[in-house]
Amino acid sequence: MIGLVSYLVFFLILSLIFGIAVLGLNLQWGFTGLFNAGVAGFIGIGAYTMAILTGPSRDAVFGGFELPFVIGLIGAMVVSGIAALAVGIVTHKLKHEYLAVATFGIAVTIQLVCLNWEYLTGGTLGLIGIPNPTKDLAEGPLAQNALFLCIVISLGLITFIAIENIVKSPWGRMLKAIREDEIASSSLGKDPARIRLEAFVLGCMAMGLSGALYVSFIGYVSPWDFLPILTFQIWTMLIVGGSANNRGALLGALIVWGVWTMSGYVISNVVPSEIQAQGGAMQAILIGLILVVMLLLRPRGLIGEELQVSRHARSLND
Amino acid sequence: MASAAGHILQVKDLVAGYIRDLPILHGVSVYVDRGEIVTIIGPNGAGKSTLIKAVAGLVSVSQGSIELNGKNIVNVPAYQRATQGVGYVPQTGNVFTTLSIHENLIMGGASLHRGKAERRIEELYEIYPVLKSRRREKAGVLSGGQRQILAVARALLTQPDLILLDEPTAGLSPKAAAELFALIRDLSGDGVAVLIVEQNAKAALRNSDRGYVLAEGENRIDGAAHTLLADKEIGEIFLGMRRDTPLEKEEA
Amino acid sequence: MFLQHLADGILSGAIVSLGAIGLSFTMKMLRFANFSHSELLTWGAYAALVFLSFFSTFGGFFDQTIGPFSFGLPLLFAMACACITTSLIAMFLHLYVFDRLSRSAGHMTMVFASFGVALVLRHLVTLIWGSDPIYYSNELQFAILLPGGVRVMPDQVFLFGLTIFTVIFLHLFMTRTRTGIAMRGVAESPSLAQVSGVNVNAIILWVWIIGASGAAMGGVLYGMTIQLRPELGFSLILPLFAAAILGGAGSLYGAVLGGLIVGLSENLSVMIIPTTYKPAVPFLLILLILFIRPDGIFGERKR
Repeated sequence: MIGLVSYLVFFLILSLIFGIAVLGLNLQWGFTGLFNAGVAGFIGIGAYTMAILTGPSRDAVFGGFELPFVIGLIGAMVVSGIAALAVGIVTHKLKHEYLAVATFGIAVTIQLVCLNWEYLTGGTLGLIGIPNPTKDLAEGPLAQNALFLCIVISLGLITFIAIENIVKSPWGRMLKAIREDEIASSSLGKDPARIRLEAFVLGCMAMGLSGALYVSFIGYVSPWDFLPILTFQIWTMLIVGGSANNRGALLGALIVWGVWTMSGYVISNVVPSEIQAQGGAMQAILIGLILVVMLLLRPRGLIGEELQVSRHARSLND
Repeated sequence: MASAAGHILQVKDLVAGYIRDLPILHGVSVYVDRGEIVTIIGPNGAGKSTLIKAVAGLVSVSQGSIELNGKNIVNVPAYQRATQGVGYVPQTGNVFTTLSIHENLIMGGASLHRGKAERRIEELYEIYPVLKSRRREKAGVLSGGQRQILAVARALLTQPDLILLDEPTAGLSPKAAAELFALIRDLSGDGVAVLIVEQNAKAALRNSDRGYVLAEGENRIDGAAHTLLADKEIGEIFLGMRRDTPLEKEEA
Repeated sequence: MFLQHLADGILSGAIVSLGAIGLSFTMKMLRFANFSHSELLTWGAYAALVFLSFFSTFGGFFDQTIGPFSFGLPLLFAMACACITTSLIAMFLHLYVFDRLSRSAGHMTMVFASFGVALVLRHLVTLIWGSDPIYYSNELQFAILLPGGVRVMPDQVFLFGLTIFTVIFLHLFMTRTRTGIAMRGVAESPSLAQVSGVNVNAIILWVWIIGASGAAMGGVLYGMTIQLRPELGFSLILPLFAAAILGGAGSLYGAVLGGLIVGLSENLSVMIIPTTYKPAVPFLLILLILFIRPDGIFGERKR
């Protein structure tokens, strides 16, 4: 029983951490129509920032400032925000496919830097010994994890409420206007490029937060955690839950992470040991299939946005 | 090919639009006979282009029928309508600018057998020598008038019974427009049914046998071209002219 | 050293070119960025492996290698069969995924779907053939010494020759045959092609066949000159996109030229930057070209 509870806590922590990244992606894609295919890169930036700021000092590697957890969180968001600003400024004129290709390339580049800039990132070994904030506050792994879950729930809730409010604000309504019809929204006197950039930065800050929480919880960071498959997983979570719906984003994170961990469990217990090494491949195939089948059968996700006939469609008329 | 009594094209109570449940045409009926030139006029947004695209197969039809030589073609895909006797010259992008003139004509004959297509291209070169002399040039370098000629020639490759022209004289000089209308009259002389949508209502009606006035996706007025030209109401309501001004004094 | 990098650049560029042709065509004609296209290279390479062992069982004449090359007739037959297999996969994906989505959803949905398809295709390779590198042949080859101290393998010369042959073949196809001309017409304006009597759906299947066959050849040549591994195609995603975007979507020569530029810049970059950052070079090229032409080279977007 304890085993099940502790497993459930562990599961919820990770799915909520991913959920925060999905919320960030939802702000970018669901509400603004920005195609970010570099999610893993921004999660990685947040994770490494957290590791450098709060981790123990070590020889020949930059950082290890042993700063408090909260400073680490803020730092992770700030650094991923700055990175997003730089990326956004370079790519702000790009739309759709091109933005997807460019952000995908950014994530690959970030991963290369993580892998090779040993002085900053510890190279292939990564950074270890990242302190868990709950270590001194509770006794035993279960209590610590429960406490960590509380932290993640609070931060997830704050992110959720913040994005809900952002979307309902006048600024947020501009986002949808931009998504639907950039030309019309620019005629309203707003600068769509600027608002797109702001949405991109905010979304990436949520991804940075997600990465920071991830390393604090896991305790180490390595470049192999931020492969493009992470981007695909986050995207699948959004598509399954339903884009342009924050509840859908969180639901998608729970379901997809649930499928991922359960399939991992099944594979490690059912599949013969000779082909255990291929278990990861089976999980990846499953995620890919879920994404494709979902798009074919239920493109708006489990709880997607209310369907509206967009103004854009009407403007096609002669 | 058409039976003596039947129309080449008969559109009945057509409801159609770019998006389902958002029709632009609300029950339009039009017919064109063999060798006849028919012009559709109307204010912007009346659905003129939509009608012609529906006949070409580019717009989804939710109700009504489009009969070509008595056969309903509503469910025939656009590319097969070209084979069955519909030639369509769109308003913009009427030629493949990145292909040579010769290749544009090959595109027009895509649905024919190779030998037949080659014969037709030679025949059209006879009729429009300007195309033959520039056959290797890219269509993108042609002037607006020459593009229209090429576009019409491309549409004629399959020897259609019906030619649809969407704003054929838009952007043309008066001289080029006059030449184009001469070409269109030649076509009708050969028995082709011609359906034109025009902003330049006067010039088009002067070269037509009959005309239809559409407004808000419905038929308003129709009749012989010279009657429409003399109609005061048309000038006033649909073409934004001063009250009591007919399009043109009826020619005696 | 410079000349050696130049030669290596041209050779790896040739593989990128072959892969980029299909990506460029589908980008133009289906108006979506297909992230799964690079997996067709992987599938081509592994499909050829299967056919290679099949044809090798015939023995006799089939056992001999051709001239200085490491391979014999079986690999050439296997390559042809790999082109067919990959085309079938591409057509299947088109009919059951991309075409259905393009009707019901929109081109961005097709991009997500291509993420999913890429995941499935790549990991199926791992599942079937494992993740260890595989080679078509264990034959030892002796490098040819070219003027300037440049060393190339005979197989690399074959790679280069086959690429040139393919490009000339495709050029003739696109300019001399009615299907090829129709393909260029559809690339410029699908609706005008349709009303001209062109069956656009059939033409799009041809686009997939050509694109997938190019990808399969690229994959086999990669496997022949380097090795087979499940990440073969995945590692080429950015180079392929860079080549297609550099060359302008829908352009045969653009894709080929783009591929050469990508291959050359990757290989020449190692003279300036650490080799470990080489994979970022195509990405920098993409940023550069998109910075100069932000609307990209998709041409006017029709929706």
